[in-house]
Amino acid sequence: MKSLDELKAIREQAKTDLSNRETEYMARVEVAMATCGITAGAREVLNTVLEEITTRNLKNIQVSQTGCPGLCYNEPLVTIVKPGQPRFMYGKVTPDRVRKIIAQHIINDQPIKEWLINLE
Amino acid sequence: MEFYRSHVLVCAGTGCTSTESLEVRDALNKEIERLNLTKEVKIVTTGCFGFCNLGPIIVVYPEGTFYCRVNPDDVREVAEEHFLKGRVVSRLLYKEPDSDIKVADFDKIEFFTHQKRVALRNCGLIDPEKIEEYIAQDGYFALGKALSELTPQEVIEIIKKSGLRGRGGGGFSAGLKWQFAHNTPGNVKYVVCNADEGDPGAFMDRSVLEGDPHSVIEAMAIAGYAIGSNQGYVYVRAEYPIAVRRLQIAIEQARSLGLLGKNIFGTGFDFDLDIRLGAGAFVCGEETALLTSIEGHRGEPRPRPPFPAVEGLWKKPTLLNNVETYANIPAIILKGAEWFAGIGTEKSKGTKVFALAGKINNTGLIEVPMGTSLKTIVYDIGGGIPGGKKFKAAQTGGPSGGCIPAHLIDTEIDYDNLLALGSMMGSGGLIVMDESDCMVDIARFFLEFTQEESCGKCPPCRIGTKRMLEILERITEGKGVPEDIENLEVLAETIKNASLCGLGQTAPNPVLSTLKFFKDEYESHIIDKKCPAGVCHALLTFFVIAEKCRGCGLCARVCPVGAISGKPREPYIIDAEKCIKCGECIEKCKFDAIVKM
Repeated sequence: MKSLDELKAIREQAKTDLSNRETEYMARVEVAMATCGITAGAREVLNTVLEEITTRNLKNIQVSQTGCPGLCYNEPLVTIVKPGQPRFMYGKVTPDRVRKIIAQHIINDQPIKEWLINLE
Repeated sequence: MEFYRSHVLVCAGTGCTSTESLEVRDALNKEIERLNLTKEVKIVTTGCFGFCNLGPIIVVYPEGTFYCRVNPDDVREVAEEHFLKGRVVSRLLYKEPDSDIKVADFDKIEFFTHQKRVALRNCGLIDPEKIEEYIAQDGYFALGKALSELTPQEVIEIIKKSGLRGRGGGGFSAGLKWQFAHNTPGNVKYVVCNADEGDPGAFMDRSVLEGDPHSVIEAMAIAGYAIGSNQGYVYVRAEYPIAVRRLQIAIEQARSLGLLGKNIFGTGFDFDLDIRLGAGAFVCGEETALLTSIEGHRGEPRPRPPFPAVEGLWKKPTLLNNVETYANIPAIILKGAEWFAGIGTEKSKGTKVFALAGKINNTGLIEVPMGTSLKTIVYDIGGGIPGGKKFKAAQTGGPSGGCIPAHLIDTEIDYDNLLALGSMMGSGGLIVMDESDCMVDIARFFLEFTQEESCGKCPPCRIGTKRMLEILERITEGKGVPEDIENLEVLAETIKNASLCGLGQTAPNPVLSTLKFFKDEYESHIIDKKCPAGVCHALLTFFVIAEKCRGCGLCARVCPVGAISGKPREPYIIDAEKCIKCGECIEKCKFDAIVKM
């Protein structure tokens, strides 16, 4: 160990990897993972979310799965929750779409309106 | 590392591994593979959560769901329901004692809400075999801060101002100890960690080494910088294999990142650590005996002064602190002396870890601010006494300490209050006793322990404890004589005053404190030849309550010495002459018709 900066770099990387053990988060991604969601491709969507977080080195993101919210025709469903903001639910999400959602909504805070299914 | 949506923490402390937590971990890994979740869910083994009687424990993040007593057969359900479908398995959740309320959230369990974790801050939350997880919790930043921003004297001032006192037993100011070692001139000095935890029932040092070994390594490096030492030793008992292995892994990882070794952080400071294994003698927890043992000699104490800070290991100035003391250091350096001094009481700062054992619902490891009342510890955190029995006393300080009786349950626990009661903090073992415990027998038990562990170097301890034990054994066998109480007191004072080291000086404490608070129990044993708690078998008589006996004859059939006789459907009779008081008949009687008094 040559310097404190080297230690800081290790800490930043490790914090990203452990962020799902924090109770506070910058954004939470909920993927509906009931039978209907999984058959419609929710698992691929979820794996894409995890890959994106790793490759983009995003911090303080929680990923969780939920049951079926009843909108089976719109599966796979992905909900983005940010503290102090309403919940944004996206329908018919594909791996490509979820990459865009992460870039635009989570990182740049601009929900993609045309894919949202709850416009509150 | 990769990002996973869920981390599943499996406790791999000694407590949980003895209840098959490693089998649970293996089963979890298999299930995750079977369900094709290997990219989503990660299984992490951690140190002890402290809730040992509920093991094996697993915690599922990000939700923070706390599952207890998970056995390998439950794993499939947890994996299919929780990991795959996101549904909590409520059958495995924690239930608060005396109620049916189930608590899913790890932070909301009453056992944890009263605690404040400083020394145990990372135990159960990180993987102790991954240095990155420790670094993510600001690990090694205290060392970085000390080396780059503070002079050795400034480090010592912070420790002094924090008011930290040694957690191994005596409660001496850690800052002063560091100052003495710093002030002694010398090119070669040593930093030593006492991990020779020997009190029956105390296991906090083991838990820190198993759950957060890097905190001790970091603190020892800071201590090395403060006193001017380049070499440290951790003296740990060989009976702690998991702790030894994790510490070894941690030292290797710290070396490979250059956090131990030459020129740490490019500041020119060198420090390295080695492990020395002890053979498990209680006396080696005493500092001079410990140092003698590291040197390769028989572990026997020597007179002080000179103190180790002046003349210690291989006659060089040596700083010796206990595991829990070191575990506090990085937090104090990072958060400041004022933060630490803000916790606790006037003369006892910070928190203390206690190992709860004995007659208590939540057996385990807890950490509370100094000054927390015994009542809070026993009832709010410990969940009270099993079977609704009455609290009788709590033994603190293990075999060197004394008891706190029920009428003093509101005592705020800190170093000075315990000393005033004739007990001591010791390493923090807390053994709870209820109305079915005999205090004379407890005193005999602890004395048996110290007598056996006495190294034999000085006569007061070697012969004195033996004589005291003989008297106590006589009393519990119903052969006590009235002079015994006075003889015990005289022997106790002599041993306390004349023994060479802490082992002998504190060995009579359990006897003196039970004599102080429970003299009537001694008197009933000696004069009335009765054991009020019904523990000392020689003093009991077994008999049948005629009204309750249905004359089934079961007792007569199980009696190994044929002491019970009678006719069917008529009350049976126990022959007191023949009875060996084994208790077999009481166990077997379906009508509670046999009693001992």
